[in-house]
Amino acid sequence: MIKLFFNFLIFPGFLFTAIAGLAASWIDRKVTARIQWRVGPPWYQPLIDLVKLSIKEITVPRTASKELFFISPMIGLSAVTLVSTLVWLANIGPASKGFSGDIIVAVYLLTLPAIAVILGASASGNPLASLGASREIKMVMAYELPFIISIIVPIIKSHGLLRLGDIINYQAANGPFIASLSGAIAFIVMIFCMQAKLGLVPFDASEAETEIMAGTFIEYSGMLLAIFKLTKAMLIVVLPLFLITLFWQGFGFLSLWKYLILLVVIILIRNTNPRVRIDQAVRFFWGKMTLLSIIAVLLAIKGM
Amino acid sequence: MSLRLKALTKSIWVYHLSTGSCNNCDIEIIDMLTPRFDAERFGITLVGSVRHADAILVTGSLNLKAIPRIKQVYEQAAKPCVVIAIGVCACGQGIFKNGPNCPNPVDSVLPVDIYVPGCPPKPEAMIAGIVKLIEKLKGKK
Repeated sequence: MIKLFFNFLIFPGFLFTAIAGLAASWIDRKVTARIQWRVGPPWYQPLIDLVKLSIKEITVPRTASKELFFISPMIGLSAVTLVSTLVWLANIGPASKGFSGDIIVAVYLLTLPAIAVILGASASGNPLASLGASREIKMVMAYELPFIISIIVPIIKSHGLLRLGDIINYQAANGPFIASLSGAIAFIVMIFCMQAKLGLVPFDASEAETEIMAGTFIEYSGMLLAIFKLTKAMLIVVLPLFLITLFWQGFGFLSLWKYLILLVVIILIRNTNPRVRIDQAVRFFWGKMTLLSIIAVLLAIKGM
Repeated sequence: MSLRLKALTKSIWVYHLSTGSCNNCDIEIIDMLTPRFDAERFGITLVGSVRHADAILVTGSLNLKAIPRIKQVYEQAAKPCVVIAIGVCACGQGIFKNGPNCPNPVDSVLPVDIYVPGCPPKPEAMIAGIVKLIEKLKGKK
């Protein structure tokens, strides 16, 4: 029982993933600054932002639905804590940890942070926040379809294994799925879906700073905003890890380079693209990306 | 220096509030946030919502229509929050001193913490003003 709590709260769950996420978001800001020919913030900047936000006042708008306004950040944070524990444990002990079907649980838990953002934004009673929430709903519907179709590819290639640890072990025996054609196509689709799940630049229409201010987060302040920022930071760790688990033979502490490559890809996509409109994003995901992921599934059935 | 004060002075998120300016100060504020001056080195970023703000940059000669609105915006901000008057109009009404439309200086409505004069002030002047504000906050504790 104590070991379970330790796993969820300290290592590899909440605390460890939060520290790693803050480090990753610092790398993100620093590399962005270097690309824009700037110096960039010091290493403790994401942490000190969180500390500052947590000592500020929490304002609640009069028109807000108070319970939902307070609960929704916690929903997002607890979901990302659970999914980080699940994915880390599958990587630490692929033979023993986890249960059959945890890949499906992970997919559901990875959707929950976006749902929490939608709930919180619609509870805050601000017209711009509700605009952001409607965009976020459309974005969730857009990227979930190719995301889930791509997840079918490693399941087919491993002959129907539904446990993250089993998928890692299968890849350790038979080579990573990314080396095959169908795996590579599905991996590319997953990278775009990951960018949309993280809410980074080409797909950040729901919190577009320059048109709807902060969109979904417009009424949040203080501790609650800090929790949302922490959830975002932890997702930067969890989502690439999930991709590595499914397609790239899992993550050991010697293979940090796999994670760093994915992080650099995220940062480069973020810095070289303008924001797309929400209809363009939906067309992109339901058109090209869904088509590509269906092709990947067909190739996987053919055994390629 | 306590952690609380360090956190507040090392991560200043600014919100930009124009009260009827000629847009020259606003352009200079945007200039301050460009890569040439790189205010993110000190944790200064521009935010879109006043709920996230630690400092409100007020520009412009405060006209009558804007008075209730900037009061409302200041009340919506999460405290602690400082107010910085940017430009000579916000500091002391400037050339609109005797104008009929803007009889109130900004500091008669909001508690202004620091004044950055100039028409418009250079980005260097604004950064120097923020440094002086940080020194003032440190001295207060």
